Amino acid sequence: MANANVSLLGRDILDIESLSVEEIELVLKTAKQMKKIMKSGMKKVDFLKGKSIINLFYEPSTRTRTSFELAGKYLGADVVNITTSNSSVVKGECLRDTILTVQSMACDAIVMRHPIEGAAVYAAQVADPVIINAGDGAHAHPSQGFLDMFTLREQGKDLKGLKMAILGDILYSRVARTNIAAWTKMGAEVHLAGPMTLIPHDIEALGVKVHKRIEDAIEGADVIDVLRIQLERQKSGLFPSPREYARIFGLNEDRLKLAKPDVTVLHPGPMNRGLEISWEVGYCDNAAIRTEVQNGVACRMALLLLTLTGGKYVENID
Amino acid sequence: MKTLIKNGRVVDPSQKLDAVMDILVEDGKIKALAAHIDEAADEVYDATGLVVTPGLIDVHTHLREPGLEAKEDLVSGTMAAVHGGVTTIACMPNTKPVIDTSIVVSGIKKRAAEEGYAHVEVIGAITKGENGHELSEMGDMAARGAMAFSDDGFFVENPRVFVLAAKYVTAFDKALICHAIDPSIGSDGYMHEGAVSARIGVPGIPAISEDIAVARDCIISEYTGAHVHIAHVASKGAVDIIRQAKKRGANVTCEVTVHHLTLTDEACASYNPATRVSPPLRSWDHVQAMREAVLDGTVDAIVTDHAPHAPEEKDVEFRKAPCGFCGLETSLGVMLTELYHKHVFDLNTIISKMSCEPAKLFNLKGGTLKEGSVADITIMDLNKEWTVDSSAFYTRGKVTPFEGKDLKGQAVATIVDGKFMMRDGVVCTR
Repeated sequence: MANANVSLLGRDILDIESLSVEEIELVLKTAKQMKKIMKSGMKKVDFLKGKSIINLFYEPSTRTRTSFELAGKYLGADVVNITTSNSSVVKGECLRDTILTVQSMACDAIVMRHPIEGAAVYAAQVADPVIINAGDGAHAHPSQGFLDMFTLREQGKDLKGLKMAILGDILYSRVARTNIAAWTKMGAEVHLAGPMTLIPHDIEALGVKVHKRIEDAIEGADVIDVLRIQLERQKSGLFPSPREYARIFGLNEDRLKLAKPDVTVLHPGPMNRGLEISWEVGYCDNAAIRTEVQNGVACRMALLLLTLTGGKYVENID
Repeated sequence: MKTLIKNGRVVDPSQKLDAVMDILVEDGKIKALAAHIDEAADEVYDATGLVVTPGLIDVHTHLREPGLEAKEDLVSGTMAAVHGGVTTIACMPNTKPVIDTSIVVSGIKKRAAEEGYAHVEVIGAITKGENGHELSEMGDMAARGAMAFSDDGFFVENPRVFVLAAKYVTAFDKALICHAIDPSIGSDGYMHEGAVSARIGVPGIPAISEDIAVARDCIISEYTGAHVHIAHVASKGAVDIIRQAKKRGANVTCEVTVHHLTLTDEACASYNPATRVSPPLRSWDHVQAMREAVLDGTVDAIVTDHAPHAPEEKDVEFRKAPCGFCGLETSLGVMLTELYHKHVFDLNTIISKMSCEPAKLFNLKGGTLKEGSVADITIMDLNKEWTVDSSAFYTRGKVTPFEGKDLKGQAVATIVDGKFMMRDGVVCTR
């Protein structure tokens, strides 16, 4: 493994910023091993046997929740899903009490999705189990960051010096903040573009370049990350119409030609075809969108294994 | 009852005094102030090595009574005041019901006089129920001793209503205290918009939401001649608009809070709900502009905006936390630590803005140690080192962004109406 001194045992995974480059490398290397388990005929090992994981989701989610659930199950853990719309939260239980209640049931990790930024940071202060942030408001979604880095590595794209374009709703996007943090940390150049109403003021302080025209961000890009546009944003007046959005800010085949020929197109999903990404681009050879989903399970397995066991057994996988 | 305070360093900006002197207090008044007073007294307080100042006056607090006593009441709030060295506090009207009638004004004054530990001045609402539409009975409230009027917590959004309020209030010679933040800009924001909000993903409130509202209120003050006092100014743009209005001779004054002079939005980076406040903690360039505005006289008063909340209300996710935190028991210590000991403000400036000038702004008694004036006195030890521990606070709102902070300088005695109300950190029995 990367470095015997690097360990994530017992660590909360709240965002990418607080992880060192060595820790990031450890997760990516472990994920590679995890992918072997996924690809084997027998997708069940007992590395996390006797560990219990609770998925505590305050927001609707299909891919992230299912992905964490399968990740835990493939590794042999007991996994329970709590969807707060069917829980005591609707009776007015505060976050502290919900977290403490779950902790009292002797769970080892809480995977949490919450609409408010900092909720996972708060949970980590309150509770002893490992907290894995599966998305907190517009702040962070570290497992998404890992699966994107992993996917790019698989394609031979080591991030250093590459031109990365992130397009669309940066303002409300935890994926954008996560990838900005991850990619700048790994030495890539990050370019942002979208309607200026969806670009946060002072975002340049994060070491990124903002473009008013998306063509300038796409030009010569090695990677394009297209963010999902939520239709509520149009309703709250942030852009005039989906039609105009697609015409001016959508990623289509013509615009894709401005990028490097081997550009990788990422999208955290679910896609709005015909809005932020055209039908053709979504299915083109450069799109890694379904690979991202597959790698998401491997990366989440790695995070659970490393935080709950420190990465025991990893060396023995072939 | 005679008390003689001996050998203290008397700092009284109202008389341009800074010298070791004795003060004789008799029947609730300053009887004499001289280099040496040798007169028999019931108590002689040795203030050697201590600083003796006019009692601190905080014109922006929330005492939460009536109706919100889980957060604070007149007793706990005035105990917190004297614990922090503050002898007069003005309370904002955003209670339940809102302080918008003379009977509530009289009721609070009566209860504070009977059971409070510090003087309480009452600020009535500008509009009924702080609804922003209909003027409240400001004349009647003024007759019962309301200090000023404010819809604090809300901007009087309709400019016509604010013009009418400003015209109307001139007959009673009272100020309108303005919560000048345009709520439509940054309506979905929870902290200062800037590099920190961009990084941590919390939606931001642009500083121009203050600038625009302050500009409007200055314009309306100049049009009507009404005394407009801008509450808790925190943006560099807004304070410059006030500076320009003052230069033109407008009847505009303003205050800045202790936290907007000492904390930046970096304090919010860990999503600590204790740091959520309105206006939000801003970036360092704004903090510097606030400090400059104190030094050049644009800022008239330094306040706490003491805004206690029950612990369960503040112990939540950042966005869900109500705005505000307690301040009465940390204000002097934070000012001395961050501004006096770091050579940003001298003691004269601090005492002037925390006592003398607010007294003058709102025609309050106190704010001076002149012979014949009320014996409201704060005695402080500039070098006393202590650590903020909210469990030792008298306020019910035990949430502060200064929790655990090491401070240097503290009030060691508070005298209200000639009586010791706090000694050595312990509030006295009434």
